[in-house]
Amino acid sequence: MALRTTPEVSGMGHSMKRKEDPRFIRGKGTYVDDVVLPGMLYLDIVRSPHAHARIVKIDSTKALAVPGVLAVITGQDLAKYNLHWMPTLMSDTQMVLPVEKVMYQAQEVAAVLATSRYAAADGAAVVEVEYDPLPVVIDPRKALEPGAPVLRTDKKDKKDNHIWHWEWGDRAATDRAFTEAAVTIKEDIYLPRIHVASIETCGCVASFDKINGQLTVWMTTQAPHAIRTVFALVAGHVGLAEDRIRIISPDIGGGFGGKVPVYPGYVIAVAASVLTGKPVKWIEDRMENLQADSFARDYHITAELAASKDGTLTALRIKTLADHGYTDAAANPSKFPAGLFHVCTGSYDLKAAHVEVDGAYTNKPPGGIAYRCSFRVTEAVHTIERMVDLMAHQLKVDPAEFRMKNFVKPEQFPYKSALGWEYDSGNYGGALQKAMDMIDYAGLRREQIEKRAQGQLMGIGISSFTEIVGAGPSKHFDILGLKMFDSCEIRVHPTGKAIARFGTKSQGQGHETTYAQILAEELGIPAKDIKVEEGDTDTAPYGLGTYASRSTPVAGAAAAIAARKVLTKARKIAAHLLEVAEEDLDWEPGKFSVKGSPDKSKTIQDCAFAAYTNHPQGMEAGLEAVSYYDPPNLTYPFGSYICVVDLDSGTGEVKIRRFVAIDDCGNIINPMIVQGQVHGGLTMGLAPALFEEISYDENGNVQGGSFIDYLLPTAVETPKWETGHTITPSPHHPIGAKGIGESATVGAPAAIANAVVDALWHLGVRHIDIPITPAKVWKLLRAHGVTE
Amino acid sequence: MRIQLSVNGEKHEADVEPRLLLVHLLRENLRLTGTHIGCDTTHCGACTVLLEGRAVKSCTVFAVQANGKQLMTVEGLEQNGNLHPLQAGFMAEHGLQCGYCTPGMLMTSYAFLQKNPKPSEDDIRWAISGNLCRCTGYVNIVKAVQHAAAALAQGGK
Repeated sequence: MALRTTPEVSGMGHSMKRKEDPRFIRGKGTYVDDVVLPGMLYLDIVRSPHAHARIVKIDSTKALAVPGVLAVITGQDLAKYNLHWMPTLMSDTQMVLPVEKVMYQAQEVAAVLATSRYAAADGAAVVEVEYDPLPVVIDPRKALEPGAPVLRTDKKDKKDNHIWHWEWGDRAATDRAFTEAAVTIKEDIYLPRIHVASIETCGCVASFDKINGQLTVWMTTQAPHAIRTVFALVAGHVGLAEDRIRIISPDIGGGFGGKVPVYPGYVIAVAASVLTGKPVKWIEDRMENLQADSFARDYHITAELAASKDGTLTALRIKTLADHGYTDAAANPSKFPAGLFHVCTGSYDLKAAHVEVDGAYTNKPPGGIAYRCSFRVTEAVHTIERMVDLMAHQLKVDPAEFRMKNFVKPEQFPYKSALGWEYDSGNYGGALQKAMDMIDYAGLRREQIEKRAQGQLMGIGISSFTEIVGAGPSKHFDILGLKMFDSCEIRVHPTGKAIARFGTKSQGQGHETTYAQILAEELGIPAKDIKVEEGDTDTAPYGLGTYASRSTPVAGAAAAIAARKVLTKARKIAAHLLEVAEEDLDWEPGKFSVKGSPDKSKTIQDCAFAAYTNHPQGMEAGLEAVSYYDPPNLTYPFGSYICVVDLDSGTGEVKIRRFVAIDDCGNIINPMIVQGQVHGGLTMGLAPALFEEISYDENGNVQGGSFIDYLLPTAVETPKWETGHTITPSPHHPIGAKGIGESATVGAPAAIANAVVDALWHLGVRHIDIPITPAKVWKLLRAHGVTE
Repeated sequence: MRIQLSVNGEKHEADVEPRLLLVHLLRENLRLTGTHIGCDTTHCGACTVLLEGRAVKSCTVFAVQANGKQLMTVEGLEQNGNLHPLQAGFMAEHGLQCGYCTPGMLMTSYAFLQKNPKPSEDDIRWAISGNLCRCTGYVNIVKAVQHAAAALAQGGK
């Protein structure tokens, strides 16, 4: 994309240094635990050691005797205000604090309010809870067997642990395609429970002003406005109307979807502040974060893929069991129970597809968040990319050649997928070819043959993913009925500087920089002169927040539209100042000039000053605009990744030698930030591919509940990512952008898994579930006769 | 228990419980909130500060263990309005995103470059392997440390 602005203006395409960095490199960010208010109290939470148990008694005597402890809050206390349960986004219900039984290990049981952090922890340690253990259901398949203990005894008519059944696509056509297919393959694929583990955990400071009836909550939320509305809907009956609630999302230390849900700790802190009239701080520790906050994935997938004799893919059939824990609290704003899972036909021109998903209750924490992707998109991409690779190997066709043959072709866009999505634009073959050239794919295949002859295990894996982001069009999405638009309000000051406010909330993505660059591109006002604000519901226009890579596709579009509204008025002012008709003006970023007389011109700053000092008669003063943008379609970023692995046959370790990532996110706002997003996304793709899993033993004890055994990649395990891009603009987005935050997390795991299976295919290995740990590989090697 | 310590060249006195963690002394008593807390098992390194010039995870040091000692936190990196080359490097190379791990990364890298002023990429990766970052994928953090090493070699402070 050609640059339209100078580095001084830094519109789109400039690698402008980030505006947020000066405070962060000095340790001067303001994260929620940095907020301290006079008289602030601290909340600590007592959690259950049992995965399923009746609460017989909660004895607070010893806790109340601890110096500094003021109160112990239980479910019975909240029940007086009908706040012991809360609704979930999925029309289910979730306990804030239990009155009858606990449903998972580490569930909140009671909360201790004290004058200091240490006193609250001391109090929590001595709250005595007597439990009567109940049978535990951990495996979702067993949960659905007849005779399984029914977990949701709070639901009167519930006779089993089945939550919902959802299916999509043409079943008859798909079954017919499978009957007619020359080749079919079938594989069980499990995507385990994982956790986003942002380095900052979750927390809040709730401050209720009893005199004005005003509640202010600083909280780790990716969606402050939606939270305000949810609080008003849930707590309206105790007097918290929406005009009395202010949510402030300060600097956020990583979100990745984990800071979308409303956790019980927030609600208890708010209740405690309302009751005491004092500010209350709740900050969870890492173990609470990993053991109780929303999980991602936990999809048990059975996939089948059909092809004709010549290797043309024809149909996909998927059955999935979704383990939701004890309630369906998925952070899923789509109208589909399994989110966007039906983007599972991926980058391939399939004629028929059918998807079935069943949700099950188990004795595990609730959640269902995206882990840095649109909801259930990584599950979809991993499945199709594993299956396509499996089919290629099965047919003895090179996986790259096989993909090229079956891709949706550039001329087919806009492309309607077999499951009904309208892909906006793409050039899948272009991205794969670029990745192959960059890594010397042909050379690697030759090397692999040589290595294999020497008994060495080398594998090459490809993932050619299609993402679906930018939630989203109101026909597919809403949150409690709220359409999923997002917003930008821009005010240009008399001196030509500006402030712009958004309904989204950055958690590290660099919105203060990229939004300013979009506005600079549109208005020609230097990005450094545009202050960007987000996260305060008292000042920002209403928006639905940042997740699902929706900031650029939705709020970024709102920024462009708002700027164009400003420009429409500025043009009238310029015409007035230059004494010509509007049609006689040319615009280049930052300046109107008279057609044919380029020396007669007015800058955007001239127009801004005139908007307050010398505007045309009949025109209101000021230069500002607001846009609420409801996207007409989602955007479909894509890319092709190639991973080369060497396996240590002695230890089973997977060593990533090279990883090339070609991404296409449409037009690029800030190349430096886009590359940074890809680096981070790749690392959060590597993490579940090789290291991360939260599992449970048969009694419901969590494994992977601290950083001791939940392994985030360090700089040593993380490869030196090699990145590049192609540019295929989105035709429906005002600036042709698509969003980049999540592509790499979605696409990377399949490239790694495909590489490992590729290294072991000749031994007879067909599939490995992630995370591909040394122990798993070691066992496979021994099972297939490799001895060292 | 009364303790005395110097933080970023400034003397402080405090009356603390023996069990008070150093990170809480810094953040809550002294209001130096640049030092962050990201775990409870000494894995994430967000709380890294310098104790007598050595990088330590301040969540695993008691405040009383710092009695009579010299400490340096992220707030002490900038001198007389001049950014430390590491701070400049992190900005120039886009070595940070959410900023939460950044102070710990800076302090670990500071101590590391004192010992190893001409590190290889591999040296840097091992040096920061006790600090977790969830945003950057480390590539640009490594570049930022290289940027600083080069600047320091040319006489930057």
